[in-house]
Amino acid sequence: MTEHTNQGSQPPSSQADHERVTESVGGSIAMRSDEVLDWPRRIHRFFHANPTAAPAIVLIAAVLAFSLIAGERFLTPFNLSLVLQQVTIIGALGVAQTLIIMTMGIDLSVGAIMVLSSVVMGRLAVDFGLPPSMALVLGLVCGAACGAINGTLVTRIKLPPFIVTLGTWNIFFSLNLWYSNSQTIRSQDIESIAPLLQWAGNSFTLFGARITFGSLMMIALVGLVWYALNWTAWGRHVYATGDDKDAAELAGIRTQRVLMSVYIVAGVICGLAAWLMIGRIGSVSPQVGTMSNLDSITAVVIGGTSLFGGRGSIVGTLIGALVVGIFRNGLALAGVDVLWQEFTVGLLILVAVGIDQWIRRASA
Amino acid sequence: MSQQTPVLQAKGLIKRFGRVTALDGADFELYPGEVLAVIGDNGAGKSSLIKALSGALVPDAGEIRMNGELVQFKNPMHARSLGIETVYQTLAVSPALGIADNLFLGRELRKPGILGSVFRMLDKAEMRRQATEQLSQLGLLTIQNINQAVETLSGGQRQGVAVARSAAFGSQVVILDEPTAALGVKESRRVLNLIRDVRDRGLPVVLISHNMPHVFEVADRIHIHRLGKRAAVITPDSHSMADAVGIMTGAVEVDAA
Ligand SMILES: Nc1ncnc2c1ncn2[C@@H]1O[C@H](COP(=O)(O)OP(=O)(O)O)[C@@H](O)[C@H]1O
Ligand SMILES: [Mg+2]
Repeated sequence: MTEHTNQGSQPPSSQADHERVTESVGGSIAMRSDEVLDWPRRIHRFFHANPTAAPAIVLIAAVLAFSLIAGERFLTPFNLSLVLQQVTIIGALGVAQTLIIMTMGIDLSVGAIMVLSSVVMGRLAVDFGLPPSMALVLGLVCGAACGAINGTLVTRIKLPPFIVTLGTWNIFFSLNLWYSNSQTIRSQDIESIAPLLQWAGNSFTLFGARITFGSLMMIALVGLVWYALNWTAWGRHVYATGDDKDAAELAGIRTQRVLMSVYIVAGVICGLAAWLMIGRIGSVSPQVGTMSNLDSITAVVIGGTSLFGGRGSIVGTLIGALVVGIFRNGLALAGVDVLWQEFTVGLLILVAVGIDQWIRRASA
Repeated sequence: MSQQTPVLQAKGLIKRFGRVTALDGADFELYPGEVLAVIGDNGAGKSSLIKALSGALVPDAGEIRMNGELVQFKNPMHARSLGIETVYQTLAVSPALGIADNLFLGRELRKPGILGSVFRMLDKAEMRRQATEQLSQLGLLTIQNINQAVETLSGGQRQGVAVARSAAFGSQVVILDEPTAALGVKESRRVLNLIRDVRDRGLPVVLISHNMPHVFEVADRIHIHRLGKRAAVITPDSHSMADAVGIMTGAVEVDAA
């Protein structure tokens, strides 16, 4: 009965007594043997148990640093709300990407699904005169269908997600060019015919901050998916499937179904991101969002989700997107050339992956 | 013993993987309240046998009966729903999930009322409570924090979680595939005690093992597997370890039981 999770020195008996007491009182006292852990190990444990801690610290540090470097224009409600607007779409796509990456997949097609869905929404409402709400729903269905195609190829044909979505990225993007005739649907046309599609662009001012409905929807989406992951059986199964697929299978989880559901949900979220994007830029353009595939992966990685599956958090992804947004904004305000913004984001990615490796290593 | 109906029984199981015949007409009987050890050389087909008995593998031919009734397991879920719990050689635990999460993986409890039915909300408090109760019943309460990730546990503790899960949910049979293979002496001892505890609660246990001393210590009967089928059934009283090894390796010929 005196086995300890740490492999270090045998703790003194007084500590064992102390444990027995806490045991009978509380039952779930965490990390009881911390007293005998050295500092690196305690830090390691902390980050291991709190995957969002590292990105949150980076975010806070970045805000503090840029408040000093970039002058007083940085730390204003208006500027920070601007950052939030700038990361809205990447945040939403990042949520979809997190789900996929958590199952040890990767989705290179999220941006293409989003653009295709936005074109479907715009064309159906503006060119075909469908009721805007119907066009919106069919746009979401388009996203779901794209996700289902990815999911089918991954679970049934058993192709690696990277290859599948590399292929479908090109396919969805071509379909998008074909269906849109490579033409932009103008903002004025959408405004007069289908204002619902631009709804997410509405905003209100609060303490000088300009908050768009789209930003709030993105945050609500983060909350919803967080709930699903942490408080429903489906969420446990997504984690378990990404963590160790064979183990999950033997524990009785239908992992193929879980994977399929993840790809479909991700597709729907991309459809939602399409709606947010129309709100943000007003028009529907087949050429926008081409970088958003990789940007969403960046947000996920900086947000502390492991590329090796089973570990990560949606809130972390939001923080990751904000970190990127803050760095870009702060560096721009500080008058730093755009190329150094990209350089910095690259560094952030490498640091984040390095931290993830360290956290994964030597789990005990 | 033999007048009793076996809890779990198999006749003439056959399973081929390409050219390899993993099961070659294997028979099997497990009686109520016993610890039955299954021993055999590497590649004898032990894992395949218990996979067939737990729904993880569908045999090409042969029949399986539970309490005398013919059953055909479609998948592990199906066998589980009939009360067969298995701890696989590759532990079926999810390292990054907590202990309670792992105990209830695949059969989570939801909150009562609208929270559970509409919002599908997990009843984490109840799962934690039951997990704590289960672990303390099996004397595993040195595992303190029921939310602790399983990967932070030692090998023996992980094995303990897996055994606790099977004991908690198994109503008919608990199957353990090589539970002590990766463990040290002390941890092995604990798992052996766990096996006795589970049996003493009335659940028959199938123990697959390589380790003769362990087998002779806890088993009531010993099923010796060789070349994909049952070579003999002995008891620790009727035969010595040397006999068992002899039968296992084919050095000693026996009439098939
Ligand atoms: N999934 C599989 N695919 C191919 N061959 C397998 C598979 N599972 C087991 N085998 C083969 O079947 C034989 C019996 O294996 P197994 O049941 O694992 O034996 P044991 O557990 O007694 O070591 C071995 O030759 C093994 O290589
Ligand atoms: Mg085996």
